[in-house]
Amino acid sequence: MSDVFPRGRTAIAGLATYGVGEAPGHSSMELTAKAGLMALDDAGMTLADVDALYVCQPTDFFAGLSFAEYLGIRPRYTDNNRTGGSAFMSHIASAALALEAGYIDCALIAYGSNQRTSGGKLATKITNNQWDEPYKPLFPLSSYALAAARHMHVFGTTREEMASVALAARAWAQTNPEAFARGPLTMEDCLSARMISTPLSKADCCLVTDGAAAIVMTRMDRAKDCAKVPVPVLGSAAATWWNSVAQAPNLTMTGARESGERAMAMAGVTPADIDTAQLYDAFTINTILFLEDLGFCAKGEGGPFVASGAIAPGGSLPVNTNGGGLSCCHPGMYGLFAIIEAARQIRGEAANQLDDVNIALAHGNGGTLSSQATVILGSMATL
Amino acid sequence: MGPEAHWREALAEGRLLLQRTAEGNAIFPPRVAAPGTGEGELEWFEASGRGTIYSLTWVQRRPPQEPYNVVIVELDEGARLMSRVEGVTPETLSIGQDVTAFVDTSGEDPILLFRPVGDAA
Repeated sequence: MSDVFPRGRTAIAGLATYGVGEAPGHSSMELTAKAGLMALDDAGMTLADVDALYVCQPTDFFAGLSFAEYLGIRPRYTDNNRTGGSAFMSHIASAALALEAGYIDCALIAYGSNQRTSGGKLATKITNNQWDEPYKPLFPLSSYALAAARHMHVFGTTREEMASVALAARAWAQTNPEAFARGPLTMEDCLSARMISTPLSKADCCLVTDGAAAIVMTRMDRAKDCAKVPVPVLGSAAATWWNSVAQAPNLTMTGARESGERAMAMAGVTPADIDTAQLYDAFTINTILFLEDLGFCAKGEGGPFVASGAIAPGGSLPVNTNGGGLSCCHPGMYGLFAIIEAARQIRGEAANQLDDVNIALAHGNGGTLSSQATVILGSMATL
Repeated sequence: MGPEAHWREALAEGRLLLQRTAEGNAIFPPRVAAPGTGEGELEWFEASGRGTIYSLTWVQRRPPQEPYNVVIVELDEGARLMSRVEGVTPETLSIGQDVTAFVDTSGEDPILLFRPVGDAA
């Protein structure tokens, strides 16, 4: 069964980030609303144009309702999907379909979290399921550690290779003024960092920051009249393979295999066509898994691939050009920031702007490698 | 009583139950129907308790507390579950190692744990 998707018939017309890093004294909703209004302004639109809301908040399970109330609008459609940090890729898929069908005309997709300045810990009420919880795996960290340990066992992946993911992310962050962690970082720093849940140390883990992000989506005919050049959505697919890692049939292969293949088929592209990939790097092993599963290298070769410098500045496949969740920001659900960096690269507005970006991939991860969702964005030249 | 409560009752008696489908596929966690097919005729059976370590992590704690392990065990019957292996250290626990289940009823709730094969019970 192949997917049906309105390739290039909807677009990101506006985008914004706000409060990335630290935004003391702000609630998550305030940050979210700021980013949403800035994204509308970026598109040359106003709140009155918005008739659909797609939103996540760290702890508000009624966030869709709260956000509509806060903005003072009565959307025709509200989506508060909770697949984790990949939710926004799914939002793009459902918004594109609803826009194409004429069910909605303008979607505002937004997220914001004050988790750093409000407490400094990952702000989520989600935890292990009742079968796993008695054994006290750190949520979600130990699940990723179990995946990393298995990857090391099967493919010989090393801690040095995982550290090279962190080093590449830091190298990109160092030239991105928006990035939170821009200080020097060496291989020795990574390897001597405090171990948390073997084989993952602190250096393998994403940041805990504040931050908000928002995009505005509309149909291409309308997007062409907006303030900025549209960023067409070429494909978007989500895969759901498990919730607990204990139930993964193969812990070294994620649903990114499916979501990437489907999204690329919708877009009519292959991994070789992707100019830059923004991959949800909650932990260093994620980048390795997703590079393999999305087809940028063979299964098991992700470690040597990242160690070769391929994903770092000057490499053959620029990955997480903003510094990613490891060094730019990670307010808890990073997916929308990956989408925005991909869109900025298409627009030519990225801090680390690459030459001739026509196809950009943004990949989201949710839960414990559970939900995988991929979006392909293009330039107007790809239509 | 639902399958989960049935499983927990057996665990409290020191028994590890699994379900299997008509095709003989072992299932964990317990369900009202077979995953993937929705087939409702699931049969309970007592698992051998034998399995191997599929993956493992040692969760570090502030000294002097010792790290503890979290493992995924692949049972010989095929199902996988999360657990902990008792009586091992980072040096003596490895992926692929054979383990056997036991139920620890000393705490508030009975808990399914494993020990290396060959260790005295």
